[in-house]
Amino acid sequence: MAVVFKETKGLTDAKTHYCPGCTHGIVHRLVGEVLEELGVLGETIGVAPVGCSVLAYKYFNCDVHQAAHGRAPAVATGIKRVHPDKVVFTYQGDGDLASIGAAEIVHAAARGEKFTTIFINNAIYGMTGGQMAPTTLVGQKATTAPLGRDPKKVGMPMRMSEMLATLDGAKFVERATVHNPAGVRKTKAAIKKAFEMQINGEGFGIVEVLSTCPTNWGMTPVDSLKWLEENMIPYYPLGNIRTPEGGDK
Amino acid sequence: MSKVLMKGNEAVGAAAIKAGCKYFFGYPITPQNEIPEYMSKKLPEVGGEFVQAESEVAAINMVYGAAGSGARVMTSSSSPGMALKQEGISYLAGAELPAVIVNMMRGGPGLGGIQPAQSDYFMSVKGGGNGDYFMPVYAPASIQETVDLIQEAFDVADQYRTPVMVVADGMIGQMMEPVEFKEMPHRKLEDKTWSTDGTKEERKPNVINSLFLDAQDLEDHIIRLEEKYNLMEENECRWEEYKLEGAEIVIAAYGTTARIVKNAIDALEKDGIKVGLIRPITLWPFPKKAFDHIDSTTTNVLTVEMSRGQMIEDVRLALNGKLPTAFFGRTGGVIPTPAGVVEAVKKLVGGAK
Ligand SMILES: Cc1ncc(C[n+]2csc(CCOP(=O)(O)OP(=O)(O)O)c2C)c(N)n1
Ligand code: SF4
Repeated sequence: MAVVFKETKGLTDAKTHYCPGCTHGIVHRLVGEVLEELGVLGETIGVAPVGCSVLAYKYFNCDVHQAAHGRAPAVATGIKRVHPDKVVFTYQGDGDLASIGAAEIVHAAARGEKFTTIFINNAIYGMTGGQMAPTTLVGQKATTAPLGRDPKKVGMPMRMSEMLATLDGAKFVERATVHNPAGVRKTKAAIKKAFEMQINGEGFGIVEVLSTCPTNWGMTPVDSLKWLEENMIPYYPLGNIRTPEGGDK
Repeated sequence: MSKVLMKGNEAVGAAAIKAGCKYFFGYPITPQNEIPEYMSKKLPEVGGEFVQAESEVAAINMVYGAAGSGARVMTSSSSPGMALKQEGISYLAGAELPAVIVNMMRGGPGLGGIQPAQSDYFMSVKGGGNGDYFMPVYAPASIQETVDLIQEAFDVADQYRTPVMVVADGMIGQMMEPVEFKEMPHRKLEDKTWSTDGTKEERKPNVINSLFLDAQDLEDHIIRLEEKYNLMEENECRWEEYKLEGAEIVIAAYGTTARIVKNAIDALEKDGIKVGLIRPITLWPFPKKAFDHIDSTTTNVLTVEMSRGQMIEDVRLALNGKLPTAFFGRTGGVIPTPAGVVEAVKKLVGGAK
């Protein structure tokens, strides 16, 4: 009988702690599958962030460093300089990457550090209980924006991928989503492409994945997927923003 | 090997490379800029890498990545920059990673000044970052000693899997002295089987981590760290004694301040006042035992520092009330003079005993 679905060697047997319906788990699986398919699991060193995915070091079946909040790109820089022949990636949330670690991601990209960043944009701080993130949408409620994000007071949500794509060192930038099966397939292809480019020594790559946080959005998992589609995608357009083959838009 | 005339900061770089340091991550700040400058030039020649980070925070986190990857790695800074590095130092201590961190101290608080000072003592030895941790802190008094201690620092870091700090005041960084790069005795070190270099699918993943969500697990981890700290206190205390025998006054001073104090001690001897010196070389572990060597002739202890008095707290703890302890110091970049120290000693002599 043909096997259509099986566990990936890219993840350990550990049970993840993510809330029901959280899309962190889907993205973990995609990263694991890609590393397995590329045959580089034994050559990979990951960097886990601070945020809901802080325990990613238990889930990825490769060597992993747990980093301070926002500093994963600096940690990855140190690792990659020591092991230029290894595959290095960071996995970061939007609070981690766009707020406290904004300088670290911008400068790693500017230097063209040859690692891959998986950026989970769920428009909120998950782990600390739903505070506003730099990516929180206008009008979206958060525990520190009880009346909804007011751009007059806190500015507009940041489009990190577009910002990073202005840097010459960022060779691959794509925004994807995991709110439906087609999106999941495209996300996987983007992750694979980013890793392949790292392996070919082409430079820094980032895949931003629009994700859900049913718990802190206060919605069911299904409603969350719908909310993502209807509210996040219009503000965070999907697609490739930059590839080396003249894909710059 | 013959002696060469070198600026302190460059000697730091040369000593690190001699010790096998291959990676340096830093951010410019006066008075230590010659260290990253030297490393940017020399590390590529030995197959290493230099990165000018976007901030001290990034630099120390690059160190964290490189150290976890099994490399010999160093960073350097000066006081305000060292304040920013505290985050990463706490993570290095928590994850038990070896690295060498050099602080060429200048005056503070805040932006302070750029002249030499010793006012980062507390930040260095009391755990400037969050949590329960210590790390070895070396305080050289000459460029020669800096060179020797930097090499030692890399071995100590690897042996105990700990960050190690070398603190000197900006004077050490900026002055020139003849130095000799001696063959240092190497410690017996174990392979870094814990480091991340890819599992090759032949072993279980290695994880570099300082997170323990279970309170009991974290307490166990901290107690294990403490056992390591106890070992270091037992084995790694270093100090120099000078003219302690028969001394009426004993001065405690470290780094270049101790050199100034020695001049004062020699001058006072000519005036018939016998003064001795205890010079801690490790500020942590603090050499408490040295204070048991104080002669019964001693009536007072004087601590001399380029700060408003920070090491004096450890001196008082070491003395445990046995002798009255006074303080003399200049700060903000003002350097104490031998004459100032002589005057401070004379105030104590014949004073209340
Ligand atoms: C220096 C520091 N500041 C704050 C925190 C607390 N903190 C933990 S997770 C987090 C937010 C993470 O949000 P995000 O990166 O969006 O990831 P998510 O939890 O949503 O996946 C914060 C602020 C911390 N651990 N360290
Ligand atoms: S809090 Fe949100 S982001 Fe975190 S695990 Fe739960 S659903 Fe996922």
